[in-house]
Amino acid sequence: MSSVDSRSYYGQPVLKEPVWTPEIPVYFFTGGLGGASAGLAFLSELRGNDQLARRAWAASFAGLAVSPPLLISDLGVPRRFLNMLRMFKVTSPMSVGSWLLTAAAPVTGVAAANAWAGLFPRLSRVARPAAALLGLPVSTYTAALITNTSIPVWHEARGRLAFVSAGGAAASAGAVVAAATPTDAAGPARRLAVGGAAAELIGLRVMKRGLGELAEPYHEGKAGRYSKLGLALTTAGAGVLGGAGGRSRLAAVAGGTMLAAGALAERFSIFRAGFQSAADPRYVVGPQRARIERGETRGAARQSAKLQDVSAETPVDLQGGGRTRG
Amino acid sequence: MRHGYDDPKPRVGFFTDTSVCIGCKACEVACKEWNQIPDSNQGFTGHSYDNTIDLGANTWRHVAFIEQQVPVDVDGGASLVEAAERGGLVDSSGVATYQEGDGIRWLMSSDVCKHCTEAACLEVCPTGALFRTEFDTVVVQADVCNGCGYCVPACPFGVLDRREGDGRVWKCTLCYDRLKDDKEPACAQACPTDSIQFGELDDLRERAEARLLQLQEAGQSEARLYLGDDEDGVGGAGAFFLLLDEPEVYGLPPDPVDPRRRLGTVWAAAAAAAVVLGAGLAAAVLGGGE
Repeated sequence: MSSVDSRSYYGQPVLKEPVWTPEIPVYFFTGGLGGASAGLAFLSELRGNDQLARRAWAASFAGLAVSPPLLISDLGVPRRFLNMLRMFKVTSPMSVGSWLLTAAAPVTGVAAANAWAGLFPRLSRVARPAAALLGLPVSTYTAALITNTSIPVWHEARGRLAFVSAGGAAASAGAVVAAATPTDAAGPARRLAVGGAAAELIGLRVMKRGLGELAEPYHEGKAGRYSKLGLALTTAGAGVLGGAGGRSRLAAVAGGTMLAAGALAERFSIFRAGFQSAADPRYVVGPQRARIERGETRGAARQSAKLQDVSAETPVDLQGGGRTRG
Repeated sequence: MRHGYDDPKPRVGFFTDTSVCIGCKACEVACKEWNQIPDSNQGFTGHSYDNTIDLGANTWRHVAFIEQQVPVDVDGGASLVEAAERGGLVDSSGVATYQEGDGIRWLMSSDVCKHCTEAACLEVCPTGALFRTEFDTVVVQADVCNGCGYCVPACPFGVLDRREGDGRVWKCTLCYDRLKDDKEPACAQACPTDSIQFGELDDLRERAEARLLQLQEAGQSEARLYLGDDEDGVGGAGAFFLLLDEPEVYGLPPDPVDPRRRLGTVWAAAAAAAVVLGAGLAAAVLGGGE
């Protein structure tokens, strides 16, 4: 950050880097895929496109079924995964997400089992719309999860990152389902994929612009490389899927794979940017110091004493009074 | 009834007066011994006398060492006579102890979990492992924590971390076990200069104001209280500090803010994005003709 000249303690980080493992960005992808595919499946069913709907239900269930194992393996103490359901806390998007996933995975399973094997006919009448509705917050709450932290590159994008997540979820769902469905029936999935890709790329652009200098990690190191890769794959994948993908199944598979891989790369980029943002004290101290200098806050330090008149003659017990409990 | 306790105790905390810290690290050692914390040997850093580096799962007190070339006595254009007068005050207040003849001064400060009034770690903890005690301190329950790691990037001070090979998150408990036995925390008891003062927060704050005024009058214009009242981004803290330079020099954030203060925006964005996604799905499926 060139224009912010901040002091630091031997360049040591002020914040801790997250301890999360690569399972987490993979989950951001699978959760978005599973969540958005449920809506695609439900709406396609309403339109009578069962060919597409069956595959979308399968994609949705696959995405939501692999998510819990990914999340559990990231835990420091995986056998305590049920502790996630000890309580429900709105102040913890991870708690909200755990409950969302706990509700969404089984109903999606019921819907998928009904679509493929005709099981649970009565239950699935409720399960299908429930899965479609729950899929929406499942796709976007992950943005709340990481923006509700002190990591500058995430927290300062709190108003915008969720729209990137939504775009990425739509792109992933559309891409995977379009690749799995005969081209004649895959129109809605292709439109979703291309529209989602556009939303994701525009959302990323807007988010990075809003971050200003804090967006630097997106141009450096691993986050920068994933970002470039994501942009290239997403653009190429959307082009191939939206173009030749309408006529050739092979092109749909190629385009869908690239587009899904692009969405995954973008999630890794966002994930790594958070680490890089935490590791450099400039990104933490710089904006805070700037807030103080702009007069928006006093900050945490105060040089004027609240006591105005303690003369030298007044005995002040500075040292002895601390042992009230000792 | 505060925080659901029928019988809450007065809020306690630490006032760490860094102007009398001598960098002996007795607090680090006492903390490790009492709490039976694994070693955290990180090698030789070359950063003055600091080989502990930072707070973490295995370091609940960390003494920072800063070496500066600053003439403390004649700042603000004081004449030599004025400087000499101030020097007397400085000596009686015990400020300039570490000012060497060549103008090198050491700043030393024992850092610790701040036990925030608005504690981000506690708010984001999905399991309830982090809780607020009857003393208004913030403690991790080791038998509940499942190592999800959410508190780690949530903390605006970078205090919490997951312990290698254990998987759970650990941090200062303000010696919860000792508080229950009416004992002061190990670090405060071990501190030979009373740089770490333990007590009821209201008393500590009064004492800190008096100390700040005394140092200011002695010419230490750089003296400041950090988290010394409720008017900051975390609503005040159980552990606060008297510093002799800007917070970031000690590795502390100058304007820490509990991320929860923006939780409304966070959830509104997620909800709005979910609605937009629903609209996008409908447009893709229903908007395609036939």
